[in-house]
Amino acid sequence: MQTPAPCDYERATSVEGAIASLQRVGSSARIIAGGHSLIPMMKLRLATPEHLIDINDLHELSYITDHGTEIRIGALTRHVELLTSELLKSKLPVFADAEEVIADPVVRNRGTIGGSLCQADPAEDLSSVCSALKATVVLKGPDGERTVPLSEFHVGPFMTVVADAEILTEVRIPVKPGAGSAHEKVERRAGDFAIAAASAAVWIDGGTIADAGIALSAVGPKPIEVTRAEELLKGKSPSEELFEQAGQIASEDCMPAADGRGPIDYKRHLAAVLTKRALRRACARALHQEA
Amino acid sequence: MELTITINGQPVTRDVEPRQLLVHYIRDTPGLTGTHWGCDTSNCGACVVLMDGQPVKSCTTLAAMAVGHEIETVESLEQDGRLDPIQQGFHELHALHCGFCTPGMLMTTRALLNENPNPTEAEIRTAISGGICRCTGYKNIVAAVRWAAEHQPATTTQEV
Repeated sequence: MQTPAPCDYERATSVEGAIASLQRVGSSARIIAGGHSLIPMMKLRLATPEHLIDINDLHELSYITDHGTEIRIGALTRHVELLTSELLKSKLPVFADAEEVIADPVVRNRGTIGGSLCQADPAEDLSSVCSALKATVVLKGPDGERTVPLSEFHVGPFMTVVADAEILTEVRIPVKPGAGSAHEKVERRAGDFAIAAASAAVWIDGGTIADAGIALSAVGPKPIEVTRAEELLKGKSPSEELFEQAGQIASEDCMPAADGRGPIDYKRHLAAVLTKRALRRACARALHQEA
Repeated sequence: MELTITINGQPVTRDVEPRQLLVHYIRDTPGLTGTHWGCDTSNCGACVVLMDGQPVKSCTTLAAMAVGHEIETVESLEQDGRLDPIQQGFHELHALHCGFCTPGMLMTTRALLNENPNPTEAEIRTAISGGICRCTGYKNIVAAVRWAAEHQPATTTQEV
């Protein structure tokens, strides 16, 4: 029988109240939303918070809204909502790609985007999705709020820049014309964490790639942003040769560790292949040529 | 902490530790051992119950998190001695063998049918992908859900 260690529990009724509790209790407090990462970690005693602050009643943190130049997603938005959102399907299809292969439908009824990002599991999919999209997150604390780009959000495995008294409230994703995005993943069995996964976003202007984002999951201590490949793509026309080169860079720049999911050379190989596939699909979507 | 959770329409009050998992809270309630406690890691789906009509894994939900929500367990399916069509479907088409996964499968597919009264085989297989059956296999379970879809009582389909 797996049981979490003893802890206190309270249910937040406002974001401000949650922040006040975090401040009062200190580093032994943790926010709990879906709980589908935190509770398993607590059962294994890998996480031993002494005080849980349940934010499931904060419905004001559950939304996907279009603000023209950006799409804003509330931290409490659940996986199932990311999967079924028509707005995301049309503007940011990378989300549906990833959500289809995150856990299973029952888990997706509970897990949230904020929880996924804050859990900072290096093999988790949404972190690379948000990295590739050049998203920023909003962190609220006792002294107000700050925004942090995804590139600076993760510090290491299961570690983020979120301070003890801060709560992630929102993810902001820039929306630019000519966008296409895709997520590709290889896992051992349906619903598992990735052996490797790649997210790609491109913004195509007049037939050439104006900007690109590529991020990898499960092949490093945190999401790997393949900036060298992003630079390579800029100003060029999409082509198989270009995708191949970007994949080669991804395989060189990732930092996989050998584990039960596979040896290093296999993961590097996957990084190359998945980057190539994700770019191919992202470009096809940007050019409305998806088969 | 004292919790009151509505399970199958009945308020159940008990003093438990905050770390108590929903699956144990339910199973410790007299007459409600139908919800099974399986892998304890949110992989197997034997513990699935409905929370406000949505299937959730009760081994990965704290009991305290269920306060204020409607919980439905497998015991809610049969009414006045009449099996729910999904139970009848499992019976007709031999969709269980040892029966361990069955409560979770029943609740997951009951929720599917409430939302989508006429699911395709692919939709059924996706819906039950969070459940693991180690003896019957999935073929008969899928067939049983199709059977239930074709034998929904009028009241159930009208509610959808």
